[in-house]
Amino acid sequence: MTASLAQLIADLAAGRVRVVDLTQTLAPEFPQITLPPEMGQCWPFRIEEVSRYDERGPAWYWNNFSCGEHTGTHFDAPIHWISGRDLPNNATDTIPPRDFVGPACVLDCSREAAADPDFLLTVDWIARWEARHGRIPARAWVLMRTDWSKRAHDPVAFQNYDETGQHTPGPDAAAVRFLVEARDVLGFGSEAIGTDAGQAYHLRPPYPCHYYMHGAGRYGLQCLANLDQLPPTGAVVVAAPLKIRQGSGSPLRAIALVPA
Amino acid sequence: MARALTRPPRKNPVLRTRLPTLPPGARSRVALGLTAAAAEGRFALQACRDCGAIQYPPREACHACLSGRLAWTPQDGAGELLAETTLHHSNDLFFRERLPWRLGLVGLDAGPTVVAHLHGDCAPAPARVRVTARLDRAGQAVLVALPEQETPNMADDKQLRELTCDPKFRKILVTDGKTAVGQALVRQLAAAGADLIWVGYAEPWKRFPGFDELAALPQVSLLPLDVTDSRNVRELAAEIGGKVDILVNNAEHHRTYGIANRAGVEDARAEMDVNYFGLLRLAQAFGPAMRARGADGQASAVAWVNLLSIYALANFPPHGTFSASKAAARSLAQCLRAEMRPAGVRVIDVFPGPIDDEWNQLLPPPKLSPAALAQAVVRALQDGVEEVYPGDVAQEWLARWRENPKALERELAQ
Repeated sequence: MTASLAQLIADLAAGRVRVVDLTQTLAPEFPQITLPPEMGQCWPFRIEEVSRYDERGPAWYWNNFSCGEHTGTHFDAPIHWISGRDLPNNATDTIPPRDFVGPACVLDCSREAAADPDFLLTVDWIARWEARHGRIPARAWVLMRTDWSKRAHDPVAFQNYDETGQHTPGPDAAAVRFLVEARDVLGFGSEAIGTDAGQAYHLRPPYPCHYYMHGAGRYGLQCLANLDQLPPTGAVVVAAPLKIRQGSGSPLRAIALVPA
Repeated sequence: MARALTRPPRKNPVLRTRLPTLPPGARSRVALGLTAAAAEGRFALQACRDCGAIQYPPREACHACLSGRLAWTPQDGAGELLAETTLHHSNDLFFRERLPWRLGLVGLDAGPTVVAHLHGDCAPAPARVRVTARLDRAGQAVLVALPEQETPNMADDKQLRELTCDPKFRKILVTDGKTAVGQALVRQLAAAGADLIWVGYAEPWKRFPGFDELAALPQVSLLPLDVTDSRNVRELAAEIGGKVDILVNNAEHHRTYGIANRAGVEDARAEMDVNYFGLLRLAQAFGPAMRARGADGQASAVAWVNLLSIYALANFPPHGTFSASKAAARSLAQCLRAEMRPAGVRVIDVFPGPIDDEWNQLLPPPKLSPAALAQAVVRALQDGVEEVYPGDVAQEWLARWRENPKALERELAQ
C-alpha cells in the first residue's frame, strides 16, 4: 500500500477523514425530471417486491427496481448531450475510471438561492469566491451549493413549478464557459434536478451547462445532497456511475471524503 | 312513496362486519341472454322469428311453435301487476337477511306473465307497472316491477338499492383528479349524494387546472396517488381501503401512436403501466377489503368502475398502442369481475368513444364531453349495469362490432 492510501485508511479509522453521503434516497416519490408530455420521458424510480420470505421465495427478500439513467442523484456523461456525442470515451462504460475521483470546490450560493430560486451563478460570483478560497484547480468538481436538497422531502417545493415552468438555480452560460475553458474543471454538480437552471431553456444556448460541459467531455452530477457538510475546498468526491454500455448517465452513490 | 334514505349511522368500528351473501346465481346458458341485456341496462325477452310469440322464462325453443329461431328483443316492460305477496320467511341466506321482501306476478302486455321483485311504491294489485331487468348481487338478471311513473325517492327503495350501486351516501375513490374527466366525475358523484370522495393525483409538483375548485368541494379529500407506484397504491389502500364503497379508476395514459410512427416501446409501456398494470395494482390493493365489505350495511362496498375505451373492442390504428392497453385492461376487468362477484361487488366497464381532451385534439367531432362521460358513469352506478358505451361514436362502433367485428377492423384501418 502506498503511504497516501495507508494514511487515508488510518485517517478514516481515526475519524480524521469523514465520509459524507452526497446521495438522495432512491424512492418512488422522489421527483423525476419532467419534459413536455409528448416527448419521451425519464422513468421515475419504481420498485416491485420479488419475494419476502414467502411463497414466492421462502428464505429471501428482494426487489426489482426500474428507473431512468437520469433518476435520483445521478451522473451525466458527455454523450448525454448532442454537443458531446462524438467525443471519445464519452459514455458511462468508456469514461476513464480515474475521472471518478476528484477534488471538490463547493460554491455556497445558498443565500442567493433562498432569495431567488432563479439565481444564476456568474463569472463575477466565481471570481469573488476565488478571491476568498483560491483558484479552482484543474480537474476539480465544481459543486454549486444551494441547499436545494433540503426541499427533497417536499416534491412540490423541490420541483418548484409555476405557470412559466420550473424555477431552480444554476449557472449562466458565461460561467459554464469560464469553468470549462479557463479552469479546466472535471464537471459541475448541483443539488436541483438538473445542472442547468430551471429556466435554462431561455438561456443562450439553451441548457448551457449541458451544452458546454458535455461538449468539452466534462461531467455532471445532479440531485446532490449534504453539500452543506463540505468545506469550500479540501474535499474529495468519489462518483462512479454504473457501467452501462453506451450509457448517458446513471444513478449512483456519490460520496465525499472530508477532513474532519 | 319510498322513504328518503338518510345518512347511515356511523359504523361502530369494533363490531363484526357481516360476510356478503348472494341471491341464487345459477342460470342456464340461454337464460344468460337476459343477463347480457341487463348488463347493459336493457330488458330483452326471446321473440320467435317464426310465430312472433314472446316468451319468459328463456328456453331453447319457442313455447308456442317449437321453433329454435329465437331472437332477444328489447321490451318496454309495460304490464299489469296481477298479484303480490310479501315474504316474511326464507331459507335462502341472502333473502333471510333482507326480509320482508315484496314479490309480484306481472302480466306483461307483450304476453308472458313473470315473477318480479316489487318496488315499494307499486300500488297494490291490480296496478299498472313497468318491468325492468336488473343485475342482482350475484350478477345475474332479475326482473323488477317499478311504478309506472317516477315517484319521489324512488332509488332509495330498500329492495331496489340491493340491485343498484347508487353513489348516494357512499364513499368513493376517484383515482385521477387531474383530468377534466376526473374532475367531472368528482363533481357529478358529489351531486349524486356521495358522502366522501377521495381524489388521487399523480406527480403533485405539476399543478393542474381545477385543483383549487376540487379541493374546495366539502366531500373531497385530495391524496397523492400514482397507479404506477405499487407502494403508493398499497399504502393508500392501507389507509382508506376499508372504507371505499365505490372505486372509480379513471387513471389513464393516452398517446396517439401506432407501431410505425413512434420508435421504441416507451410510450406503449407507459400506457400499459397505467392502463393495465395500474388496474392490477389497484385491484390487488383495494380488492380484498372491498370484497370483505359487500354486505356492510346500507353503505356497503358495491362497485368498481373502470374507464376503458371503445378502442378496447377493436384496435384504432392511429391510437394503436393505447387501444392495445385498453384491450388488456378490458380482459383484466373480466377477471376482476369474476373475483368480485362472490362479494356482490359490481365491476362496471365504461367504453367511451373519443373524449374531448387534448390527446384527441386532432380527431374530428363528435367527441364525448367529460361531463357527459361522468353523467354516464353516475347513471351506470344508479342503474347497476356492467357495461356502458356512452356517446354516439361508442354506440355506433359497438353496433358495428357486434354485427361484424372483422368489418369494423377493416373500417378502423382506413
